[in-house]
Amino acid sequence: MVQKGQKISSSGINIMSSMDEMASSCSTQTPDGPMKGYEKPGYKLCTYVSKFIHTDAGPIPIINHKLKKDDLFSTFYVRWGIMRYSYTVAPGLYGIGKPDKNSEVLVTANFKLTFDHLRKGLGDINAWILVLDTKGINVWCAAGKGTFSTRELVKRIKDTSLFKAVDHKRVIVPQLGATGVSARDVKKQSGFRVVYGPVRANDIPAFLRNNLKADKKMRQVTFTMYERFILTPVEIQMVLKPALIIALALFVLSGFGPGVFSFSEAWERGIVSSIALVAGIFSGAFVTPLLLPFVPPKEFALKGIICGSILAILVLVLMSASINGIAGFLALFLFSVAISSYLAMNFTGTTPFTSPSGVEKEMKRYIPVQLIALVVSTGLWVYSAF
Amino acid sequence: MEDLRYLDDVSTLVLDKEKCIGCSLCTEVCPQAVFEMQGEKAHIVDFNACMECGACVNNCPSKAISVSPGVG
Ligand code: SF4
Ligand code: SF4
Repeated sequence: MVQKGQKISSSGINIMSSMDEMASSCSTQTPDGPMKGYEKPGYKLCTYVSKFIHTDAGPIPIINHKLKKDDLFSTFYVRWGIMRYSYTVAPGLYGIGKPDKNSEVLVTANFKLTFDHLRKGLGDINAWILVLDTKGINVWCAAGKGTFSTRELVKRIKDTSLFKAVDHKRVIVPQLGATGVSARDVKKQSGFRVVYGPVRANDIPAFLRNNLKADKKMRQVTFTMYERFILTPVEIQMVLKPALIIALALFVLSGFGPGVFSFSEAWERGIVSSIALVAGIFSGAFVTPLLLPFVPPKEFALKGIICGSILAILVLVLMSASINGIAGFLALFLFSVAISSYLAMNFTGTTPFTSPSGVEKEMKRYIPVQLIALVVSTGLWVYSAF
Repeated sequence: MEDLRYLDDVSTLVLDKEKCIGCSLCTEVCPQAVFEMQGEKAHIVDFNACMECGACVNNCPSKAISVSPGVG
């Protein structure tokens, strides 16, 4: 992937063209004192780097535990899908606290939110952090896509001369990275032993205190209401463009009637059907993900049908004055529910517990149902105009 | 995960107990607690929780486990 504002790493200093807008996220502090020597024309120091220390592996940036205001602001932007693809940290070796030759090495991805999450979760631990180049994607997704991989880990261990920075031969890999990493191959190719750390960064201090042992709870993924909630903005943002196109088609379709085509009808009925569309999106991309465990069936498409039906009935009853007859009502109902079902099914791609085989089975069964509902709904909608 | 379950009987997970050498790595990497060690061998204790992520397959030193989503 070629990104705008691509960064090349050089010992934790981000090199970027000074004209680049991205520079603004890394440039609010003027380095002085010990940082002075690291200034170079065309380079920006990142605000999360507090100083550099000298090791046998070269100068290593030490990062802050605490998140600053601009870290939090950009988190908000990223969650809403704004600049999602260029929010990266330069891959390489960092330190946190006062790491020495016996400190553990924690491996992570170069998605800035993942990186922020890790440093926040570490509290006052002293450790090394080895950031892999996952193209700005989190550990779990990157492991599935093959960028958080044995090859990349071995490459970073070698590129950073990790063996010079530490006296032991151990790296702690987040457990969710195991999908892309083979501990045996890493050992064979780099000499470093992989220890799988807990799923959540917050558990790392406890894991370290416990002699690198994770209990069962630390090993299991969760998908809490909050975890689901923060994923919904991206779900919604992803459907905005197609939704706009569909809405446009709805306005056109709504114009057909007894007088061949009527602009006033197109406008009035277009608005009503667009509201049904919005209700379907809201149900499928927001309500269903949020209420996931509380809606009984296991199939996401079916969960979407249930939430979508309830919401559609509510909305349609409220608008009943502007809908002509049973046919119109049924058309909008089917349409809204089909959209909800489809988007709910789409959410299987975002959850940490759905198997590809299950998703395939579900899609084979429900995509035809959704399509039929859509066709019948279109027919009824046009029919209801007469 | 106990409160969130997906479809039953769909996973393609297979464990060959003959090949298992009892290293217990699969119980460490699986994010769904599908395996448990019973004596010297790994056992599948929660088959339907498997999401076919392949972490166990990648890390099993004796190739005792397989998942093959997308075939069949
Ligand atoms: S494929 Fe993933 S979820 Fe399934 S048993 Fe292996 S590690 Fe667990
Ligand atoms: S990882 Fe493989 S060898 Fe080790 S316990 Fe599991 S099945 Fe057995």
